[in-house]
Amino acid sequence: MDQYGGRGGPGPWMLLCYRVPREPSAPRIAIWRKLKRLGVAQLGDGLVGLPADARTQEQLEWVAEEVTEAGGSAGVWLARPASLAQERELAAAMAAARAAEYAAVAAQAAAARDAGEAARAAALRRLRAELRRITRRDYFPPAEREQARAAVEALAGPDDIGGDAVPGRRATVAARSDGAGEQR
Amino acid sequence: MRWATRAGVHIDRAACAWLIRRFIDPQAEFAFVTDPAGIPAGATAFDIRGADLSHHGPDCSFETILRRYELTDPVLWRIAQIVHEADLDDQRFDAPEAAGLDVALRGLSMVCADDRVLELTGPLFDGLYEYCKRATLLGREPA
Repeated sequence: MDQYGGRGGPGPWMLLCYRVPREPSAPRIAIWRKLKRLGVAQLGDGLVGLPADARTQEQLEWVAEEVTEAGGSAGVWLARPASLAQERELAAAMAAARAAEYAAVAAQAAAARDAGEAARAAALRRLRAELRRITRRDYFPPAEREQARAAVEALAGPDDIGGDAVPGRRATVAARSDGAGEQR
Repeated sequence: MRWATRAGVHIDRAACAWLIRRFIDPQAEFAFVTDPAGIPAGATAFDIRGADLSHHGPDCSFETILRRYELTDPVLWRIAQIVHEADLDDQRFDAPEAAGLDVALRGLSMVCADDRVLELTGPLFDGLYEYCKRATLLGREPA
C-alpha cells in the first residue's frame, strides 16, 4: 500500500477559491495565517485545498466566511483530481511541507538534548505541543513525523526528567522508538 | 423557539446549544441541517455558514453568542476560552482542558446522533460551569 492510501482512484478534495483585497492587510494576513495553520495545499493563486471530510469542509467554510467579511469573495468546492498522478503530486507537496516542519522540531529537540534539566523540560513541553499542532494538519504523514516524535520524546529520557515518577515510562519511550524504526 | 445548526455536532455547536438552552431560551428546540438551505423557516441559525451567530474574526460561535446576547458572566467567558481552544486551537488562550474536551466530544459524535450528543453534553457543560465557577471564586483548582 502506498502512503497516500490504498483506494483505487483520486479521492474527494475540498477546495477554497478566494480573493481578498490587498488593503487593509490585517485581515488578509489573518486569513493567510489561518490557511497556513490548516496545512492547505496551494493549488494556484487564491486556490487552496484539503482532503475532503466534514471537518475540513467546516474549516474552509469558516475561512470563506472570513474572506467575505474582509470584503473579498470566496467559494468552497468539492472536487476530485482527474488523475491519480495529480492527487499524488498534491499529497507529496503537502507531505514535504510537513516534513520540513517535523525536521525543524527534530532539530530543536536535538539542540535541547544537552541543555540543563529545566531548559530540557521546557523544550519537551513546547515541542510536544508543536508536534501536536503539526500532526493535526498532517494528512499524508512523512517518515519525518516518527523521527521528530522520537527526538522529542528522547528529551523525557533515558537520564530522565521526573520520569521515574511514572513506572514503565522509559519502557514506553523505548518501545515507541523501536516501533518507529520498524516502520521504515 | 426553534434553532438550527450544522449537523455533526462537535465542541462549538454542543457548547452553543447548552448555552442557548441554559441562558437564552429554556424551551429551545434544535434542528440539524447539512446545508444552510435546509434551515427551517423561522429558526435562528448558529454555527453554520451565513448565520450571524457563527465565527466572526477571531471568535468562535460560542463567543459570538455571548457577545450578541450580552452575556457578561465571567464563568461563561472562561468556558468560551476553553471552547475556543478546543474548536480553533490557535493558542489565543491558555486552556489546557481544551484538547481533552475536544477528543471526548469528537468521540461522542462518532457513536451518538446529534440530539443524543446534546442530551449527554448538557450535564457535562453544567459541570464545567460549576467547576469554572468554583475555580473563579477560589482562585485555584477546586477539589
